[in-house]
Parts: sequence; structure tokens; C-alpha cells
Amino acid sequence: MEIQITLNNRTIKSNIEPDCLLIDWVREHGCYSVKRGCETSNCGLCTVLLDGKPVLSCSMLAVRANGHNVQTLEGLQEEAKDFVEFIADQGADQCGFCNPGFVMNTISLLRENPNPTDDEIRAYLSGNLCRCSGYEGQLRGIRNYLNSKNK
Amino acid sequence: MITIKNYIRAGSLQEAYDLNQSRQNRVIGGMLWVKMANSNVNTAIDLSDLGLDTITETDSEFSIGAMVSLRQIELHEGLNKYTNYAIKKSVGDIVGVQFRNMATVGGSIFGRFGFSDVLTMFLTLDCDVELFKGGIISLEEFSKMERDNDILVRLIVKKTPGNFVYDSMRITKTDFPVIACGVSCVNNEYRFSVGARPAKAILLRDEEGILSNGISEDSISAISKWVAEHTPTQSNLRGSAQYRTHLIEVLIKRNLLKLRGEISGNSNNFE
Amino acid sequence: MEHKDYKSVGKAYRKKDSMQLLLGKPVYVDDITPDNALVVKILRSPHANAIVKNINTDIAKKIPGIVDIYTWEDVPKNRFAIAGQTYPEPSPYDRLILDRHVRFAGDAVAIIAAEEEKAALKALKLIKVEYEVLEPVLDFRTAKDNTVLVHPEDDWFAPCAVGGDPKRNLVASDTDVHGDIDAVMNDCDIVLERTYHTKAYQQAMMETFRTYTSLDRYGRLHVISSSQIVFHVRRILSHALNIPKSRIRVEKPRIGGGFGAKQTAVCEMYPAFVTLKTGRPAKIIYTREESQIAASPRHEMEITVKLGANNDGTIRALDLYTLSNSGAYGEHGPTTVGLSGHKSIPLYTGNLEAHRFSYDVVYTNHQAAGAYRGYGATQGIFAVESIVNELSEKLGMDPTAIRDKNMVREGMVMDAYYGEKANACALDKCMEHCKKIFDWDKKYPVRDMGNGKVRSAGVAMAMQGSSISNVDVGSAMIKLGENGTYNLTIGAADMGTGCDTILAQMAAECMECSLDDVSVFGADTDVSPYDSGSYASSTTYLTGKAVEMACDDLKKQICTIGAEMMDCDTEDVVFEGNKVSTADGKKSVSITDIAYKTQVNSKYTGIGVASHTSPVSPPPFMVGMVEIELDKYTGKVDIIDYMAVVDCGIPVNPALARIQAEGGIVQGIGHTLMENVTYNAEGKPIESSFMQYKIPTRLDMGSLKVEFENSYEPTGPFGAKSIGEIVINTPGPAIAHAIYRATGKWYRELPITPEKIAMDLIKDM
Repeated sequence: MEIQITLNNRTIKSNIEPDCLLIDWVREHGCYSVKRGCETSNCGLCTVLLDGKPVLSCSMLAVRANGHNVQTLEGLQEEAKDFVEFIADQGADQCGFCNPGFVMNTISLLRENPNPTDDEIRAYLSGNLCRCSGYEGQLRGIRNYLNSKNK
Repeated sequence: MITIKNYIRAGSLQEAYDLNQSRQNRVIGGMLWVKMANSNVNTAIDLSDLGLDTITETDSEFSIGAMVSLRQIELHEGLNKYTNYAIKKSVGDIVGVQFRNMATVGGSIFGRFGFSDVLTMFLTLDCDVELFKGGIISLEEFSKMERDNDILVRLIVKKTPGNFVYDSMRITKTDFPVIACGVSCVNNEYRFSVGARPAKAILLRDEEGILSNGISEDSISAISKWVAEHTPTQSNLRGSAQYRTHLIEVLIKRNLLKLRGEISGNSNNFE
Repeated sequence: MEHKDYKSVGKAYRKKDSMQLLLGKPVYVDDITPDNALVVKILRSPHANAIVKNINTDIAKKIPGIVDIYTWEDVPKNRFAIAGQTYPEPSPYDRLILDRHVRFAGDAVAIIAAEEEKAALKALKLIKVEYEVLEPVLDFRTAKDNTVLVHPEDDWFAPCAVGGDPKRNLVASDTDVHGDIDAVMNDCDIVLERTYHTKAYQQAMMETFRTYTSLDRYGRLHVISSSQIVFHVRRILSHALNIPKSRIRVEKPRIGGGFGAKQTAVCEMYPAFVTLKTGRPAKIIYTREESQIAASPRHEMEITVKLGANNDGTIRALDLYTLSNSGAYGEHGPTTVGLSGHKSIPLYTGNLEAHRFSYDVVYTNHQAAGAYRGYGATQGIFAVESIVNELSEKLGMDPTAIRDKNMVREGMVMDAYYGEKANACALDKCMEHCKKIFDWDKKYPVRDMGNGKVRSAGVAMAMQGSSISNVDVGSAMIKLGENGTYNLTIGAADMGTGCDTILAQMAAECMECSLDDVSVFGADTDVSPYDSGSYASSTTYLTGKAVEMACDDLKKQICTIGAEMMDCDTEDVVFEGNKVSTADGKKSVSITDIAYKTQVNSKYTGIGVASHTSPVSPPPFMVGMVEIELDKYTGKVDIIDYMAVVDCGIPVNPALARIQAEGGIVQGIGHTLMENVTYNAEGKPIESSFMQYKIPTRLDMGSLKVEFENSYEPTGPFGAKSIGEIVINTPGPAIAHAIYRATGKWYRELPITPEKIAMDLIKDM
């Protein structure tokens, strides 16, 4: 099928199978930040923004994104950079495999709610699993970022 | 893994309905459950272009299109004001924000999944469903019907005066519920909805008039026991039938206590 | 305790790869290997114990895109082990790449090589297999001397004598006694005997198992794998494929988590076999389901502890029997079990007069177990720490006081730990410190919060080791670059822990340069000096020491070159980081000039190399305390606070050490409260996805606080011991303790689910 998706501000025309999943399509188009951690929509690693909203690209047909705007971490490097330095300062990046999904969903959180409470952060990011960090360092990083911004 | 031969964005409900008459075709809703099935779909039917992704509020009702996401109802001011945030409470623990941005109300209701918090919650409301062929029927009736090839168009939630409380028990916070319980008092009628039994949610009423003399500690205990006794439960990975029956009594009781507080105007579900 | 002001060591630097990882750069196996590799898929047995009677691949092979399908008839017939261990491995050689006898539901039956995934998945469905289904051994308590044998084959082979006997379903068996255990036990005022049971938890690292293989420009097998053990993988593949090690090169890129899972060569042999057969690049990416059902989880253990004490709380005797379930194959079976006793009993060295530790490791028709952070110590510590908590509650003593009375202290010789002396031990300080930050005296009493909710607290101690003494080898090579910077090449594997950075911090400290001046590369069998790999809490301690030694080696060379350049004796110059000076300070030559000198008319390599092994395995120590809120009606346990104080010697990078601890604690919380592993009656695993195997989310772990008490380990680099594994050991016993405090019930089997608690409490209501 012919589709046209705006991927990170670049409009791409593509011929795909109807059951091609968005995660596979964005990886085929060089967006290797998007990871697959499960097959059951549970891990959040594959999070991308569809028209600005975080969705699980592993559970979305690429054809459904036809005519829409898809953003991956490749397209949000600048927006991510300031905040992720604070995660790095905590050492909470660890293995890194869950980082892109976590960063994408955090970006979305902060766009929706620029000054979240700790509980709001936990709730919004609850669909992003991480096995290395124990989550606390990620929370400290986000908190430090917000504090630095609010100074 | 699922394979799909064709994908069609239906241009009309009639087209969607016609396509859905073949057993090899499938309405894909939010795609979440459909994707996990190990099946071969001939034509995936997408309802995205039919304008079913909005919530319309009037003085008397909410009209919730089948393609409205769980996240939309979670954040909808009007719905949450009307239910005192019971709606938000009912869907807020489902996997994560990304998942709830995709999962649709229609998919959850039409699937009549056992684990559905959405069905459990909406059964406590004065709610109808509109089916393309079947017309408008009550959600309660719909919930009892076998799955067929009709198309769910929208939910209609009437603003009948009422109070609503929802709670569920989950082993991890974003897991399927071990049990889900909604309690409401709509037009002075108490409704008890129990989901994740683990079979699909059922709705019970105070048939024996246990609460007819008002909700006191005693009558709350009695009705909680009654609901637990009258709700069939089974065992699965997340809990035994006995544990579920026990939880029903605990949660119905807690919900009723909360409802009582709410009616007297000093609590809400959004904590 | 030696204390120095270090410039790089002891500082919370960012990981060297942080920004690459956080900005989503392509650094993992599937990102950096070509997409046009053959897709490798495995057909897996639906039966727990069966013989492949007939297998027909004809129809499947006709599917367009199928390159070939291999069955048991096509693979080499020599048995091997896939455990990543030093040769000769303690694990038995009990595997083939594909065996006619399949021994667990998920065991490999056929290998499919396809041009694309869809074809491979289609082929999975069209291979026709006729099985002779055999009765499986599913209860590890009945495995020993069962009439059903998991490994009836005659070519089973054990490279090391560990007490195994396949004709009895035994992987290993042994007893270790110190003192007259029966006499001491008989003399005790109080003797408790309890049995504890822990499950085969999955590491659940976010990146599943995956390997890419191709033939390099010399026709050698080039393996790029998500592995903690590149050198062991090379040897294992050489055994499995019957090709010389010289024909294999193994490297790892960034790894998406391991926790021990990738200390076993779970999937490397399949694409390697395909590449050798076809000559083409091949790639296998395990699904999450495969990582749940055919991987290398923790050994399920049932541990019976007998504890003898006096009424004043003096712990005098400990007697442990561990039954360990190795599953269908013996990987890590003989070694994990050892830690269940050797890393739990020594915690109570204080007054211990005698101990006994005996064990059996058995085969069953479950998924084969492997290595998981904690490696048997976790299971043993759950048992020993729980029974000590039971003792303290029975005696009405504060559980921290009973530990103060009995714990191992610096300078003590630990009979149950191979007679090693605790050269560096701040366990007592950890306890004191943790009590203070946690506010133990206030939180230990049970508090009723109303509405059926109670708050309570629990405590546990832990130890681990630092490398495998007299076995593991850590190595480092450091090369002086022409602008006075350094390349550090290692064979240890950073799997997210940050060891690349930690080792670079040590190198920077030694070479008196900035951290940015040290680049790290690892690991690649063609390039790296031999290192056992990253497991057994060895990298900071052992490879770290090797870095220190390699730097000494290089500094000597730098001084020699500097002395030559200044026309004086080597003894007369000093290394000063960015220069070498004469002792009188009158002359000096810059490190850059020395570096350039190695490239002109030079006989010097400008490379320092060292390998290191240790005769001891110094234990890190830790205290964990938890406050829970328990709902007596639903049985739900919410973690409020988890606080811990760790003695890892000195934390080389405090931020990374803290994250290790926090991550380990949350994994431990998962094992204790929510992660379960069960099989149905036919022996099929139930928790085969993240939908059913529930690891903690960030809403399930309360808030964490981790602090440190330093000790100084004389055999470690800069006084460091280890931290990677110990951190998973306290949640089980501490949470079980808090649950007892809240309910009056001891739970001796994990996980402790809400249902168990609620259904027990109903009986009391």
C-alpha cells in the first residue's frame, strides 16, 4: 500500500504491506532509537509521538499513520538534550535500551504538564519499564531538571 | 503474530458493516488486542475516518464515539465531573499513557473482555450503546449478548443524577485487575458492577432491598456480602475464585462507604 | 583504613556512553548489523519431555524465502555446555545444538534460516514433527532418583567432579561440615528448622537475547552478540560447532542489560551454525516469549535451615540443605548452589561454633536455569536472614540487636567462606547507619493506619563475593596515544553497569590525567586481552586491579622513555601525569613528546598490559530495611520506603554504585511480591510474556534511599570490592519480615502474593 508519513519533519512516501507495524517502518527508515522490548504492549520501549501524542509503535499499523506526523527521538534531539543530561548525572541511563521510550514519554509529559509532582511523574511514566535503574534515579534526574529550570 | 492481507479505512458505517460480515475480516479498534492474537485477518477494517473519536456533551448526555481513546475519557472534564472522577480512576491504571492513547472505548466495550475496567465502569452508569444495525440498546443488555458482526458506533451516557465509585485490586499497579468493582447510585437505585471475575463484568442491583432503609454500616456489610455471594467467580493466574469472592465483598463495602461519603459531599475518587 | 584524596576515583562521573544511550543512538546488536542477514528462527518443543520420532521439513522448505531448515540430524554430535565459565567448566556437557530428545517445553527442535521473517514464521507452522511424548519430571522435590531420567544419554560428560550423576537426575551434590554440628545443635537452648522456597525468576533485561554472525574477510566466523562473556562464547562455539577457536571472533557492542542472563551463550550457536552452513550473515533476535521460556533464569531452590541459638540470642550453629532445580540442562547448576550456603552462613561468623552445608542439584523438565545476579546467594540469604528474623521474634529481641550480637566483623575468619578473613567489613556500621536513616526504632513497632491498613518494618543483611577466587582472570591493556591520551582495552563487558567508565576512572587516577583522556574499548576476542567476562561481581575488583597494574606497567615504560630522552637513569625520574621529570625537578619531558617518541625510531610499544587473579573473593556487605503498608483485607503490600546502606569497599563511582543498589533492590522487590514462575500440568510455562510475568513498574517500588559505609579492601583497586550482585539480596527476607510484623504470619515461599496474605488472614477474622 502507498502511504505518506511525515517522519521527524521529513515527508516520506512508502509502499508497505498492510500488516507492517509502525516500529518496523520507522526502524527501516533509520530511526534505530525505537526499540522493541516485548510483544504485548507492556514495556513502552517503542514509544513514538503520533501527532504529538505518545503511542506504542509496536502496536500500531504503519498504514494507520498514513497522513500523520510521527516523531522519534532522532527528531527531538534538541528538546531531549537538556533534560537527559540530568538523567546522565544520576547514572540512571544504565543499559540504555529503555532510554529512548522513556525520554519520548517524558518529553510528552513535560509538554502536557511542565511542573508535575513526583506522583504525576510516576503515573505518567508507569508504562515505561526499566529493569536496571530501579526508577528512583530517573525520578531524581527529572526532579533536578525541573528544579534547575524553575530557578 | 497477526497477518493482515488488506487494510481498509471505511468511508461509511455501512461499508464497515458490510466488510465486517465476513468472518475473516476484523474491525481493528485500537489494534492492541487484535495485534496480540495469533491469527490471519483478510481485511482489517479501520473506523478512524468516521468521526467516531469525539466526546460530545449536551445538557442531558454524553455521546462517546467508539474510537474515543481511554486517555480521552480519562481526561474529559465533563465525564469526570459527572462521575466524580470515577472514570479517571477506572482507566488510570491501564498499562500506561501510551497504551491508553491507543486503546478505544469501543474496542474495550465491544470486546466485552473479562478484564475490562471500561465495561465494569460504564455498567454503573445509565448508559446505552448504539449499534449500526442493532440500534440503541442498554449497555447492560449489550454486555450479555454474544459477540456478533454488528458495528458499535457510540456510547450514550445519560446525565441521570447519581454518584459513582470505582476501585480495583491489582497485583502490580498497571496489571489487569484481579477484581474490579464499580458502585453507583443512579436515580436512587444502587448498582454493583463486578469485572475481572475473571469473566466479563456483570451488573447487580439491590434486589432484596437490603439498602432500602438507607446505607448504614450494617446494611453496607449485608449488601457487600450479598453481592459477593451472587457474583460468579473463577480462578486464573491472577487469583482463585475464593479470593475474588472475598475481594468483591471488601471492595463493594469500601466503595459503598465512599459513596456514602460522596453523597454527603465530602470525598471524590480522584486522590 | 587507607584514605586518599583521589582525583577520578570516588567521583560521580557520567557514564562515558550516557549521551549516546540517552539520545537513542544506534549502538546495540540489531542497530549496527545489516538488515539483510538471514533471519534465524527456532521451532520449539511444545512438550516438556519427548523424543522427535519424525520431522518433516519438506513442505516448509518450499516456502519462498526459506533458505534451509536444520534438524537434529544436521548438527554435530558432541555435547557441550553453554554456561559462561572458565574452562574446564563445572557445568556438565549435556547439550547438543539440536537434540532428538527435547527436555523442556521450549527446547529447540529445528533451526530455520530465511530471507525474511514472514517466511520463517510461516515455516514454523509447516514443519511436521511427530513426537513420542514422555512423562516429564516437573517437581524438583521428586527429581532425585526418579525413574524418569532427564539425561539418559551415555555421552553425558562432566569436565569437573562435582558429584553429578545423570542416572540419578543429579547435576551436583556435596556436603561441607565445620565443627561438630550435631553436638553444638544439641547443646543449644533453642533450635529452629524451617524450609524456604524461591522461584526461577527471569532477569527480564529489556534487550532480549540476540546475535549476529557472518564470515569476515578472512573467512572466519565473526560473532556480534549481546553477551557478558565474549571469550567464553568463543570457546563454547568452538566446542559446539567443532571448529578451531582461531576461526572465531566474538565481540559485543552495547548490551541492553544482562544481570547474568547473558553469562550463558543462550542463542549464539543458532545463527553461527546457519552462517557456517550457508556462508551468509545470519541474525537471531529472541522474542520476549523466547526470553521467558527458553533462556537462563534463576535456579529455583528449596532451602531447609536449622539454626541453633541460646536464649540470649547467640547464634551457635547453622545447618543448611539446599535443593536446587537446574531444569533441563546443568548450566551453572553446580556453582550457583554453593553460594546459597557459602554466602549466607558467614554473615553469622560472630559466634558460630559449627556449620554444615549440603546440597543436591537436580535435573527436571523445566526450562534450564542459569546465572542471575546474586547467583544462589540470594536464595540462601532469603532462608538464613528469614530464620534469624524468626529467631528474634521468637526471643522477643530486636532483630537489629540480634544481628549486632552475631554478625561478622572486620578481622574475623569466616569458616563458612573458605576460611577467608574479613579484611574489609563495615557491616556493623551499615547496620548502625541504616537504623539511623530509616528511623528503625520508630518504624519497627507495628502501626495501625485504620481501614484495615497497617504499617510495619523488616530488616535483612547480605553479603556476596568479589570475583571467583583463584579462577577468574581480569585483564587490561592501556596504550599511550600520540597526544598523551590513552586507550584502555578490556575484555570485561559493560552491560549498562558503567564498568567502562569505572575502569577508565581508575586509569585516569593512575595516569594522573582527566577521564576524558581515557578512551575505552571492549570487548572483542581478537583485540581485548583475555578476561573471564563480567560476572561474579568481578569487574571492578579484578579487572579494576588489572587496570591499576597495566597502568603501572605503562608508567614504567613511560619513565624509561623519558629517562632516555633526558639522558638519565630510569630510577632518577618520576612520572607526573602530563610529564616525566628528573627527581630534582630540573628537567622534564612532556607526555606528548614521550608518546611521539614511541613512534620514531622506537623499540617501545607504549602499551601496558596486565592480568590479575585473586586468591580471595572479598565480600561486600549490606543492610536493607523496608517499611510497608499492608492491607489486611485485600492482602496488598505497598512498599513505602526501602533504605539500604552498602559496604562495597569504596564506591569508585558513587552515582553508579547507588543506581546498582537501587536497581537491585527493585528487582528483589519484584521477586518478593509479584514475579512468579509457574508451569501447567503438562510442564508448559505460564508466565511467558510481560503481560503475565509482571516486573515492578515505577508505581510498585515505593521510594528508595541508598547510602554507603566505606571499608578498605587491601586486595582491591583503591580499596574497592564489588556491588553488582549483593544489592538484590535483602528485599526477600526484609519484606517477608515486615509482612510477618503486620500479619503474624511467616511466608517462606516467594512471591508473597496478596492472595496468600488475604486468604490466611480471613481465617483469623
